[in-house]
Amino acid sequence: MKTRAVLSVLGADRVGIVAAISAALAESSVNIEDIRQSIISGIFSMTMLVTVDEEACPFEEVQSRLADVAETIGQQITLQREDVFRFMHRV
Amino acid sequence: MLHISPEEIAETLLMVQQQHLDIRTVTLGVSIADCGADSADEMARRLYDKVATAAERLVPVCEAIEREYGIPIRNKRIAVSPVAEAAGRCACEDLTAVAIAMDRAAETAGVDFIGGFTALVQKGVGAGDDALIRSIPAALASTARVCSSVNVASTRAGINMDAVARMAHTIKETAALTAEADSIGCAKLVVFCNMVEDNPFMAGAMHGPGEADAAVNVGISGPGVVRAVIAAMPDDADLTAVAEAVKATSFKITRAGELVAREAARRLGVSMGIVDLSLAPTPAEGDSVADILEAMGVERCGAPGTTTALALLNDAVKKGGAMGTSSIGGLSGAFIPVSEDAGMVRAVECGALNLEKLEAMTAVCSVGLDMIAVPGDTPAETLAGIISDACAIGVINSKTTAARLIPAVGKQAGDHVSWGGLLGAAPVMTVSEWSSARFVRRGGRMPAPLGSLRN
Repeated sequence: MKTRAVLSVLGADRVGIVAAISAALAESSVNIEDIRQSIISGIFSMTMLVTVDEEACPFEEVQSRLADVAETIGQQITLQREDVFRFMHRV
Repeated sequence: MLHISPEEIAETLLMVQQQHLDIRTVTLGVSIADCGADSADEMARRLYDKVATAAERLVPVCEAIEREYGIPIRNKRIAVSPVAEAAGRCACEDLTAVAIAMDRAAETAGVDFIGGFTALVQKGVGAGDDALIRSIPAALASTARVCSSVNVASTRAGINMDAVARMAHTIKETAALTAEADSIGCAKLVVFCNMVEDNPFMAGAMHGPGEADAAVNVGISGPGVVRAVIAAMPDDADLTAVAEAVKATSFKITRAGELVAREAARRLGVSMGIVDLSLAPTPAEGDSVADILEAMGVERCGAPGTTTALALLNDAVKKGGAMGTSSIGGLSGAFIPVSEDAGMVRAVECGALNLEKLEAMTAVCSVGLDMIAVPGDTPAETLAGIISDACAIGVINSKTTAARLIPAVGKQAGDHVSWGGLLGAAPVMTVSEWSSARFVRRGGRMPAPLGSLRN
């Protein structure tokens, strides 16, 4: 089952954020569909649209791997199914 | 392609992480109509088996949804169909065993409350109803999770004053049996007018006789998000702008509720019931309906203008929610409990809010006289008078009203009671010294109003 999800990252800017996150995603067979990234007064903010291949790596496992990355690089990382945003902001 | 803007994503994250956007409750309704038996013990066995099996996956399914969608589901609960109906078959006077079976089923399922120890007696009391009402004090004293509700009035039937008086005495007995815990039994007992069949919120949750075998009903997020939106508005924003902001927020939180309701129903393999648009506070700071009213501009909840502010809030939540789901149901009106809302407690303590003002507020929102501690020596007739006044507002205005009064044994006005957890703590409120006894003792039924003749 392929599940579309939104990954949000927030934290102080530093070297290697994108590298660490995309490496974890690649290892979990998660495909990156789109990326938006900006830095506002030193705060790194990134939003990714990704597709989780639940047969290769279950959603919960991807979340748990990202939680480890979040701790290592000191960023706040959230992975949520995409429907929640579609539902809340579109009729 | 990213169809949602990063700003919208950031807004949602902010709502969850800082403004407590959540799902207040996912309540699984289960019919126990087929659990009737010749004895209370046999009925208890059947009920336990049915409910424990039906609710087996409720908590794990909700936890998976929480993780995947990133929205916390604060409470997972169970509501059964009215026990009094199923109990009609057994010729027993004591249904405490059934309540204990409900309590065990809730414990097995890992939920904190189970509703449905319920009777509908707005027109008359049947054998099952009689046994259930008789059993309420012992049932609530010997269980921790069971919630009981009794409907004593409706727009179509009027007010059954005999039942109102009987419930007032039942409340007093329940208070006495749980006296050592600040009469906590009464916090799990609510007396209704125009009770709804699909209410997911405690203590009045039940799975109505008109429902499918099982259904999932969801209560939308609490008041925190709405308060944050109003608090962020300029002081001179006019009330039309305030209503608009509440409406827009309500749409979003209702959509989250709709999504979770659909997903929970799908995963549990039961029908999706309703999304309840009630704003339900908790004792947590900021999670307060009183705080919303104060953010609108009344100095303290209870000040003149409070009823207007509440009416505006209640209406705007519905207008936004109506676009968010086609399955509005349950109570769908703001809750104004005292002990469960830190802002209400503050308003009572400083003298801004009293019982009479709460009664007025009841007319424009959901159940109004909720979680109110009153002196332990309040006469049953006075309690009956308070309950019937709440019912009269509901009967005449074709709306649900309810009373959850706690005559805390040994406590006087100004004392404090504390039940802990979601039930909170509250000051004991002052009750009118004038007697209702002669009126209440007349009994009988207040006839249904002319307004009920719609056909």
